[in-house]
Amino acid sequence: MIEFLQHLGKNTRTGFTKLGRGSFFLLQTLSGILSVLARPRLLFNQMYSVGVLSFLIITISGLFVGMVLGLQGYYILSDFGAEETLGVMVAASLVRELGPVVAALLFAGRAGSALTAEIGLMKATEQLSGMEMMAVDPIKRIISPRFLAGFLSMPLLAALFSAVGIIGGQMVGSGLLGVDEGAYWSQMQAKLDFQDDIINGVIKSIVFGFVASWIALFEGYDAIPTSEGVSRATTRTVVNSAFSILGLDFILTALMFGDN
Amino acid sequence: MDNSVSPQNSLVSVKNLSFSRGNKKIFDDISLEFERGKITAIMGPSGTGKTTLLKLIGGQLFPEQGTVSVDGNNVHRLRRSELYNLRKRMGMLFQSGALLTDMNVFDNVAFPLREHTHLPESMIRTLVLMKLQAVGLRGARNLMPNELSGGMARRIALARAIALDPMMIMYDEPFTGQDPISKGALVHLIKSLNTILGLTSIVVSHDVQETAAIADYIYVISEGKIVGQGSPKEIEQSESDWVQQFMTGAADGPAHFHYPAKDYIDDLLSTGKRY
Repeated sequence: MIEFLQHLGKNTRTGFTKLGRGSFFLLQTLSGILSVLARPRLLFNQMYSVGVLSFLIITISGLFVGMVLGLQGYYILSDFGAEETLGVMVAASLVRELGPVVAALLFAGRAGSALTAEIGLMKATEQLSGMEMMAVDPIKRIISPRFLAGFLSMPLLAALFSAVGIIGGQMVGSGLLGVDEGAYWSQMQAKLDFQDDIINGVIKSIVFGFVASWIALFEGYDAIPTSEGVSRATTRTVVNSAFSILGLDFILTALMFGDN
Repeated sequence: MDNSVSPQNSLVSVKNLSFSRGNKKIFDDISLEFERGKITAIMGPSGTGKTTLLKLIGGQLFPEQGTVSVDGNNVHRLRRSELYNLRKRMGMLFQSGALLTDMNVFDNVAFPLREHTHLPESMIRTLVLMKLQAVGLRGARNLMPNELSGGMARRIALARAIALDPMMIMYDEPFTGQDPISKGALVHLIKSLNTILGLTSIVVSHDVQETAAIADYIYVISEGKIVGQGSPKEIEQSESDWVQQFMTGAADGPAHFHYPAKDYIDDLLSTGKRY
């Protein structure tokens, strides 16, 4: 029993210490953003490797998620003779939930893990230390551009995911199952609200991009500089990002759509 | 203390330094002086914290006690911007080279110049080629770090360390894991750069012959204490058992061959336990 309490206490303390280090790291990262804006090339390079290189996985996943939504939605809606509203269902689920959430999960798996491994290995091979000794702040030079790139890419990737998904739903819905194409689009146009649906979805993806980039960079920066340490940090990035994204999604949904 | 090193003429002076990692005392109240324009070596077996000492001098680690001053500045009292300005005048050669793996050789050497100066690209090119010529690798400018041998990587890192024309360079185990030819090249480079550029060099190493060949003054460190110091000649003739063991490479002596353990026979006969 005593041992259990000791264990609990130790773990809690480790957890809070890490949270403290993480918050301090975030503050340093944010304070380095100004100097990134002065050197946009650093940002563009990172937007390419974090954002553009995630295009393929986001597009293909978005397409399939949209197609599945089209199928499932059609079977349920056609029971009520409401298959004309398929467009609304597909678009609302994507823009409000699946777009931001699934894109963020994919982002954490594709770009987040790569960021952690990159930073962790830079630490293990003394590159970060070397930069410090060359009087170059690794936070400003390495971390902040990557953070900003992740933060800016996420909403764009989520928008891409939703857009491709809506097209996928339309392909299945009106291409295969015979929902009227005009109805698919016009119902969607009529029912979806810019403020309630689209903006809220964008806010979600901004929050997820912030959190996923923070976790990925911090885990890399905080990794034990050995091969085992970096591999563990990479795993932690994916697991912790998934938890944070799903947990935050519940909270944000409750706040945004609670009083409807 | 030996009179040949007077604190007035030292660029770096370490006073009463103590540092621990966990429960292990790495340095216990040690004092060292590094004279301007000279090559000073710190020798000792692996794991005695020689690299830690360089990180303390560079201000990357904080001591528990004592002071480190570089060119009259107390490194650990400086503000961040002042420390960074001081570091621009301190070069450091890491054991692994610590080259940035996503840039080629040219960009690696140009890195400190591009970060800290606003020189036009044509002048950066001239400077980089000059530094690369000094280490004999001007022809390797387009290679990526993963295409370099260990010795070449260290020479490139050396070119990068002198890119901003520092006043001193700290070498972390420059000879470890090098073939005889690369070792010879590095010995020659460290010596000639020190003379030609008027640098002050600190060499941390456990390669006795190479280091003794170029050092002006040697400190031998073991278990957190300085066990011997003096010119290479004096060290060679030192009467300390410890220094003798280190310089001749005897397997057993004051530094034991066996890691501390309980009695051998008892250990073998105690059955039933796994460890």
